[in-house]
Formats: sequence, C-alpha cells, structure tokens
Amino acid sequence: MANQANTELLLEISGIHKRFGGLCALNDVALSINKGEIYGLIGPNGAGKTTLFNVLTGLYQPDEGKFTFKGIDLFRQKPNVVVDSGIARTFQNIRLFHNMTALENVMVGRHVRTKAGVIGAVFRNPGTRVEEAAIKARSLELLDYVGIRKHAEEHAKNLSYGDQRRLEIARALATDPQLLALDEPAAGMNGKETDDLKRLMEKIRADGVTILLIEHDVKLMMGLCDRIAVLDYGKKIAEGVPEVVKNDPRVIEAYLGATPD
Amino acid sequence: MLTFSKKNKVTAYIGMAVFAVVLAVLPFIMGATLGNTWVRNLDLAMLYIMLALGLNIVVGYAGLLDLGYIAFYAVGAYVYALLNSPHLVPLLAGTGFEWILHMPLLVVLPLAALMAGLFGVLLGSPTLKLRGDYLAIVTLGFGEIVRLFMNNLDRPINITNGPQGVNLIEPVSLFGHKFSQAITVFGVEFRSVHLYYYLFLALALMIIVVSIRLQSSRIGRAWVAIREDEIAAQAMGINTRNVKLLAFAMGASFGGVSGAMFASFQGFVSPESFILMESIVVLAMVVLGGMGHIPGVILGAILLFLTPEVLRDVVNPLQDKLLGERVVNPENLRMLLFGLALIFVMLVRPEGLWPSKRRKAELHEKDEKAAAEAAEKESAHG
Repeated sequence: MANQANTELLLEISGIHKRFGGLCALNDVALSINKGEIYGLIGPNGAGKTTLFNVLTGLYQPDEGKFTFKGIDLFRQKPNVVVDSGIARTFQNIRLFHNMTALENVMVGRHVRTKAGVIGAVFRNPGTRVEEAAIKARSLELLDYVGIRKHAEEHAKNLSYGDQRRLEIARALATDPQLLALDEPAAGMNGKETDDLKRLMEKIRADGVTILLIEHDVKLMMGLCDRIAVLDYGKKIAEGVPEVVKNDPRVIEAYLGATPD
Repeated sequence: MLTFSKKNKVTAYIGMAVFAVVLAVLPFIMGATLGNTWVRNLDLAMLYIMLALGLNIVVGYAGLLDLGYIAFYAVGAYVYALLNSPHLVPLLAGTGFEWILHMPLLVVLPLAALMAGLFGVLLGSPTLKLRGDYLAIVTLGFGEIVRLFMNNLDRPINITNGPQGVNLIEPVSLFGHKFSQAITVFGVEFRSVHLYYYLFLALALMIIVVSIRLQSSRIGRAWVAIREDEIAAQAMGINTRNVKLLAFAMGASFGGVSGAMFASFQGFVSPESFILMESIVVLAMVVLGGMGHIPGVILGAILLFLTPEVLRDVVNPLQDKLLGERVVNPENLRMLLFGLALIFVMLVRPEGLWPSKRRKAELHEKDEKAAAEAAEKESAHG
C-alpha cells in the first residue's frame, strides 16, 4: 500500500506544461506513481485530467517538463514508443475498432510485442505461424481474464457497453503494460457493473500491473485508490491518501466553491 | 483463410480443380468463340486485376484514399520499357552501364516492383498526417506530377522520350523463349497472347495469395486498425507512420509489376496511358467490387474492364441491325453506363457488389442481422 517501506518509483513527471493557444491546460504538474499502486486522478470537469492522460500516453506532446518511466526518458515520445516501454491506456469515450471482432481487437494489442513483417506474413514461415498462434492464444486468455471470452467472435460494436469497456481493458492489457491508464472506466455503468469493474481492477493490480485511474465516481475512488491527486485548472492542488485528500480544504473549494467566512 | 469441414473439403478441392481447368483453357475457348481480340482483352483484364488488388491494399485495407495510383503503374511500365528497349542505348554508350539493359525478367520484374514501392514511400511520406479529402487531393497531384515528368523528361537529357513515348520494347523472354513467338507443345499452338495470359495469370495468382496472407497477418490487422481508428491504433503501440508507408509501398509494388507487364505486352508506353481517368477507373473497380474484399475487387476489375469491350463488340452490330444506322458511339455509351453503374451501386449497395462481412456491417448498422444472415448464407454457398 501507500505506506509500504520499499516503494519503487515507476513513473515520474515534473514541471509539465501543456498549452493550447492561450489556454494553459496543464500548469507545472508533477506527480510520481509507485510500482503496484492504484493511483487516482480526480478534478472538476475541464481540470486537465484527460490532457494529462494524453501527455502520459504520448498522444499530446507537452511543451515543457520531465517525463520518465522506469528511468527511461519519455518526454515528447511518440505513442508507440510509450506503449512499447510499458504504458497502456483506455479512452474516456470508448475507442474500439468497431468493425473488428472482440478477439481481433485484442490481437491488435499484441502488435507491439510481436514482430512478424511482410516477409513473414507472405511466406508464413514456422516462426510467424508460432507467433500468430501465440497472439491468438494470449488474446483469448485476456478475453477470458476480463470475462468476455464468449463474445470473442462478435463485432466490438455489438457488445454491451460494459463489455466494450472490458474489451478496451483487455486490448490495453495485451500490450503487456506495467502501467495501465484507465480514463473513466466506470462512466455510465450501473452499480453492479461498477462493482465488477472494481474487482477487475483489483485483480489486475494483484497481478502486478500498476493502475492510473481517472474517475468521477468519488466513492469508487476512495475505496480503490492508494493515493489520489487532484487537478484544478491545470494545476495539482492536492495529493495523498484518499482520507487526507477528501478533507483538504482546497479540494473542497475546487469542487464546491469557496466557503464564505 | 476459409476453413472447411471434411465433407466440404472434398467438394472444395473438386471445385478448385474445375476452376483451375477453366482458367487454363479459358483463352482457347475465348479465342475459338470470340476471336483473338478477346484473348487479348483477357490479358489486359489480368493486368487490371493486379492493379485493383494493389490499390485495394491502400484503400481497402488501410483506408487511405489514393487518387494517383496509376503513377505506380507508370513507374513500373517505364522501368521495364527503359531497361528493355534501345531507347537508352545512346545515353549509356561508353558509360560502362550498358549492362543494366536487357536483364532477365526475374530481375526486371522485382526491380519494377521495388522502384514503384519506393515511389509509394515517396508519395506516402508527405501525406502521413493527411486524411480523407486532403489525402485524395495530394495523391491526385502526385499522379499528375509523375505523368508530367514522363511527358517532359526528354530534355535536357532524353530519358523518357517525352510525349512520343518509348517504343520497340522487347517482349518478355522466359526460359530462353521470346513471348512474341508462338510455341507448340503437344500439338497445341500457344500464341503470344496465350503465353502472356499464363504469365499474367501466374502473377495475378501470386498477388492474390500475397493479399490474402497479408490480410490475415499482424500487418493486415494493423492496417485495419488504422482504418478503423487511427488514434486508438497509435495508442495500441502501432507505429502508424511505418505501417501506413508499408501499405503505400506494398500497393505500389503490385502496380509496378502490373505496369512492367503492360509495357512488355504492348511493346510501347507513353504518358498518355497514365492519365487521371485510369486512376479513377482502378479506384472504381475497388469501390464497386467491394473494398477490402479480394473476390469483390477481382469482380469489380473484370466487370469494369470488360464492359466497354463488350459494348464495343455489341453496340454497333446491334444498331446496324435494329436501326440500320449508327446513332450512338460505343465510347460515349461506355462513359454513360459507367457513370450510371457507379451511381446505382453507391445508392443501392454502397459496400460494393461483393463486400466483406466487415465492410457490410459498417455500412448497414441498422439491418445488421440481415447482413449477418446473408453472410452466413454466402459462406455456406462458397
């Protein structure tokens, strides 16, 4: 947990700035994520959570700052390099490959850990065949892991909303990440689905994957996260264990407005 | 690929054998019933099949709209033409590079493919960030640039011979036999058009196999992923730049092979053969047949290539008989029918005549179930 003696640093950013024209979406943001924890990111709408997510996964190039993962410098790296070094993500508004089957979606996730090229594809040499079989086996395993193996052959867009969320997680896990970044995975889910999702996240963490989580469901966050950072207007205003963050006056102010006194 | 149950396997094998025999004797049947022009048409149809399959990689698989595809056909044609005609002889005389002329087919053909592939990368690299309409416009420009280069590279050094084109291109020579001469095997006379037919058929089959294998590979999945959602594909660790360039290069190299064969078959190339209309026709073949679906694309290529030829053979005699005079020029009728067919197909079957299940699902979100049933039926029949 958060107060473990031997915490190992996994991801560290500092001084991150990201501007869109005149808007400063991220202003001097710093945070560090330890190996094995579930790290939550909350904040009012427009606080810059998703922007930070996009910076951390290489979709946005930050203007300034430092970004290291496992000691590797990932500042202004391309998304594929970021994924290759072990950070995978899901999207706030689900972005599956809708007209591919669930299985194919996860198989695409294996792309970064496999290497068959055109020559292998055309000649189907033993190496390629073995690799292809391994991709398929691992993908089925992951569908099983998130509990939607029975939908393997269905088109992604025909899955139920909750299953699409799970499929996105399976696809992200297929890249063998050490850090899994989930952007509002519980959005639009009912109570039971949220509970199932919570269990899935705990299982993923137990299997050694660190989780970075954006979520609006404060109850879920308080029960799940080891540490939470709060963003407001592109600035980190608080960070710490849930109980402390919850009672932080700046956090309360950001969410409810300043208390007149 | 398709999987068959044991009982179906036997039927499938028999079916394939019958199909192979039909393909093998087709030019002779065509020659006997419709005349040698039709064997020639068959040869040209094969070239268009190769072209359409090449464009299918770019447009159908990777979803990159390319309106200048014929440029790669041109590159392949000119590579073959320049290396197998006397045109470059004066230029190379005394430079020590005469050896590049008259290389065997097994060298020239890969070279044409490679050269076209390089041009594919050349076109691809500046367009990587473009999508949809913007990409289409840039590729259109690229196609025109290539054609204009061929048209104007006769000065200051005469490389392409400008608008006059390159002629006296040697026919293909394989195993010491020149394809321009007939050959008799077991009492059957194989003429030049027959020999080309078998060569083109072999190359088309090769391209089909490569297409099928690419489709169900790691690379093929990455292409589809980019087509479906480029951002998500990136976030899955796909190096979209390289994978897109690969699509351009692969598609272009098929076009290069086809172009080289076109040059040897015609014995003459000029920039006129590579106008924008040709790019559009090949694109129409892909779209009309069924983007991303190999059988559909082949069907599209055959239909769109052969219809004008059929019209040419049918319309005039028909007019003579019925009206006693020629009112409509078959050429004009061709464009009219071509346009009508495209409008009709886009209205009624936007997914193409013979689409893949995926494509069908994409364009018929609402009657999804009906589509699934139809697809099941299709696979049961096929």
